[in-house]
Amino acid sequence: MVTLPETAQVSLPGDTRVSVKRAFRAPRELVWEAYTTPELMRRWLTGYPGWTMTVCEMDVRAGGTFRWRWRGDADGKEFGFHGEYLEVDAPARLHNTEAFDPGDVGGSMGAEPALITVTFEEHDGATVMTTLIEYDSRASRDEAVATGMTDGMEWSYKNLDRTLAERQKG
Amino acid sequence: MMPDADLLDATFFALADPTRRAILARLATGKASVGELTEPFEMSQPAISKHLKVLERAGLVSVDQDGTRRLRRLETAPLDAATDWIARYRDLWESQFRRLDAVLDQLKAARRSD
Repeated sequence: MVTLPETAQVSLPGDTRVSVKRAFRAPRELVWEAYTTPELMRRWLTGYPGWTMTVCEMDVRAGGTFRWRWRGDADGKEFGFHGEYLEVDAPARLHNTEAFDPGDVGGSMGAEPALITVTFEEHDGATVMTTLIEYDSRASRDEAVATGMTDGMEWSYKNLDRTLAERQKG
Repeated sequence: MMPDADLLDATFFALADPTRRAILARLATGKASVGELTEPFEMSQPAISKHLKVLERAGLVSVDQDGTRRLRRLETAPLDAATDWIARYRDLWESQFRRLDAVLDQLKAARRSD
């Protein structure tokens, strides 16, 4: 019996990598479709609350490229990712480069693009999707994970600041 | 405001070594001197002291002066920060995956009605 990760599992296998694993209750052809079709991708890869995905271009074939971009609803700030598909083996495996474009949001995920390998494995009608991200160094990996959570945190800290400011006035 | 990236880096570097993890596991059971910490390992005291320096830099170990004895003590705050860091990253993915669940449900429903 395979134990399926019902919620996202994040691990750090080695100094420069992050692995994210999650099971979906759907055959892998459907998960693949949702992961490689821009109109479908746009609907779930939305980032944090308060962000809108403004660009989602994907040419999913070896040598093809992709470009994703998000804009903050409140301040209009933007950031994105882009890269190239190195290997495409539908519906089992995707291998691509991924570079972070900090736009006017800031942050860094290393000087070199990360290498992403996404695998889709089906077990009894459920699909385990594993995303392995490999950065150019441990520092880049740690920066990337820290950047990935910054927006949400800043958002909550801003709320906290506002609450505290109101209290001090009152 | 994000957790200090340098401190997180130091924490993960400190945790990446099996000897250092074993030292932390020992300190989780109570304070200990360098001599006591050296005993279970086939390592010299200077080698263990070197590992302790790394752990101290990461804020994972502090020193208590107990009379003439200097005892090492486990500090858990950096571990909590490191765990929290991963948890928030996971939450970002999980919130997107929940939306993917909804997209997949719709695809399944559409397929059934074909």
